[in-house]
Amino acid sequence: MTLASLIRAGAAQPMRPWPRYLLTPKAWRAMAQTDAGGSEPAFLGLWADADHAHALFVAESPLLASVRIEAGMFEAMSPARPAAALFERMVHDLWGHLPGNGVDPRPLLDQGHWPVLRPLSARPAPNAAPAEPPEFVGATGRDLHQIPSGPVGGVMEAMHLRLTAAGETVVRLEAGLGYAHRGILALMRGKPLHAAAALASRITADSTVAHAIAFARAAEAAAEVEPPPRGQALRCVMAELERIASHLSDLAAAAQGLMAARCGDLRENVRVASHAAFGHRLMMDRVVPGGVAADLTPAGITALSAALDRIAAAAPALQRGLYLMKGQTVGVGICRPAEPRIARQMPDTASYSRPSAATAEAAMREPSANDVDARLRLRLREIHGSTGLLRKLLARLPPGPVDVAVPDATGEGLGVADGARGDVWHWLRLDAGAVAANFARDPGWLDLPSIEAACRSARLSDIPLILRSINPASASLEL
Amino acid sequence: MTGLLTLALHAALMLAAAPVLAGLRALVRARLSGRAGPTLLQPWRDLERLLRKQPVLPEAASWLFTAAPFVCLAVAIAAALLVPSFTLGMATAPLADLVVLAGLLAAGRFTLALAGYESGTALGGMGASRITTAAVCGEPATLLVILALAALARSSNLDTVSATLRDGPRGLSWIAAGAALAIVGFTAIGRRDDGPALTLVDPAIALGYSGRYLAMVAYAGQLGALAALGVLVALFLPFGIAASGAGPLAWAVGVAAWMLKMGALGVCLAALDAIGPGLSPARAPAVLGIAAALAFLAAVVVFAGQGPV
Repeated sequence: MTLASLIRAGAAQPMRPWPRYLLTPKAWRAMAQTDAGGSEPAFLGLWADADHAHALFVAESPLLASVRIEAGMFEAMSPARPAAALFERMVHDLWGHLPGNGVDPRPLLDQGHWPVLRPLSARPAPNAAPAEPPEFVGATGRDLHQIPSGPVGGVMEAMHLRLTAAGETVVRLEAGLGYAHRGILALMRGKPLHAAAALASRITADSTVAHAIAFARAAEAAAEVEPPPRGQALRCVMAELERIASHLSDLAAAAQGLMAARCGDLRENVRVASHAAFGHRLMMDRVVPGGVAADLTPAGITALSAALDRIAAAAPALQRGLYLMKGQTVGVGICRPAEPRIARQMPDTASYSRPSAATAEAAMREPSANDVDARLRLRLREIHGSTGLLRKLLARLPPGPVDVAVPDATGEGLGVADGARGDVWHWLRLDAGAVAANFARDPGWLDLPSIEAACRSARLSDIPLILRSINPASASLEL
Repeated sequence: MTGLLTLALHAALMLAAAPVLAGLRALVRARLSGRAGPTLLQPWRDLERLLRKQPVLPEAASWLFTAAPFVCLAVAIAAALLVPSFTLGMATAPLADLVVLAGLLAAGRFTLALAGYESGTALGGMGASRITTAAVCGEPATLLVILALAALARSSNLDTVSATLRDGPRGLSWIAAGAALAIVGFTAIGRRDDGPALTLVDPAIALGYSGRYLAMVAYAGQLGALAALGVLVALFLPFGIAASGAGPLAWAVGVAAWMLKMGALGVCLAALDAIGPGLSPARAPAVLGIAAALAFLAAVVVFAGQGPV
């Protein structure tokens, strides 16, 4: 029995736009143990609510499988899918559900400093035990030394990196989280949609639009409304602007000297144009459930076009800059290819095709080529793809209203948006217009395994470059 | 008497100019990157700020750790006093031997590396291992250049070599020796992309220093950079420098020429910093190997030109 048919055999629950399948513990165990083969649905994430665990897969359409928690436990998926380990640790920290047979029992977010244990469970318990320092696996062997870095003053925001090195060669890099936990999921619970949307767009600053779109889509699906065409087109404009700015900022961080200055300058230009067009540099809170909060004026279109022209004019220089970096970037920091991006291929979530996507995907899938150089070149290609897409969008913005009213509904929805790093998924259950349960799965969840893989047997001096080429977003994990 | 007077003027000039050169590099680098940049005097302000801060020492540090900055600074000041700036014939001229200078600069590095190991922290040890690796790779080139120049001038005294080079022909050995020394100097004081920069911007912080100790180490580094560039200028760009026994007018010309040369070199360094990809510790040995090959070429050419001794 294939994984997809195993999941589809479960009892379909009324989630929109795709059903959710409630599995029996036996079926869930079979699903968890099914080895993820090449053509199997890709594992995207795992989360929970008060009495269920949910696992998200995606084949040609998303498959959300659920299982009831029995005796505080559910069968872990990490033995067959190592990427699930982080999610299982998070589920245990936030909801207290124990992943049975999980490969990693260490806490991820709760480092013992929270006032309560399992804050999202039905009955949080007060935290009485003193905090213990985080554990690292490290490595054993002769002449190994450990180098701590961060969370203050490191290259990555609010993340502790523990490097085990043999001389100048890294044996293992481990990332420790839990320094910037904000309790966003708990804050969103019980809030009306507009307040919860504002919180969702603050999960991580450089993907604020993507998170707002995914949340809005989930809410619209749950409430069974459809934003008007102009609203959808404006969302796409904002998402592409965010992608360009985010990629430019990543390139600026990875590059040095003139290249860094040029990328930083272009990024700033995009942010200023975004402010002129939408009234906010990051376009935070401009995407709301039901549509968008602000219409685009002709003056805004002019400002955006000017910024796009500058990026197009700088294209040869950016290519040259990446070419000059090749001595440091080729063959460095190789990790497994990124997960397949779904949002841009699914007709019912992305209204606009992205011409550059296919070639970019091909480059990402080729495992031998996924080094720092490949990642940076992919960003540059996506910047050009987004610029072309934006020009088309701005030239043909559909007329009409930009939003519709979202009624106070009860229901469940799953939404996805094409973010700069990958697909952003939001799942939420509404109860009379208020958020009853929810989760936000940022592509950052797969970044931690990526940086650990990419830094293995790398040179110490290459570590900052490798990290910047991936730019793991710890904020998106500190929910 | 004139020697002492010029030495005093020279000392004041060097001690004041060392942070300014660092400031110039930071400013030019920022301008080339499209930023406004700090003022020229920013390194002086930083030093003053650091002097006011309370130092924090690693738990495992012994007296050696606190003594090292004083040794570093003393060695750097000694080196800076030996390198002629605007005039030859200072009171320290007889002592200004190339081997002594190379030894002083190496002693500074050695002390800093020792302190890095001594602090007992992983980053300190790594910074120290980087310093020693670079030194091991750089020394052969330095010594071969000194050998070539000493053979050319029949003396390893800086003043004598400088005068010989100024009046002598500019042949292959001159080019090769100059290039080798420039590479060694620029590698030693250019921007590094150090791995410990995971947390640390400044390698000195990697060694665990803070407060006035950090100020001393930083100031010693700036003086060392100025001295290294000073050797390069005195040997290979000696124009404008006042001859031994010249008067105040020649001194003024010398000061202006020195500032011009140092400024130009500082701008070059900053441009390399801003435009170049930066030298990673892994590539430093290869670059220094090229310098050693050039220095060897210079030495061979000099000896071949002199015939059987």
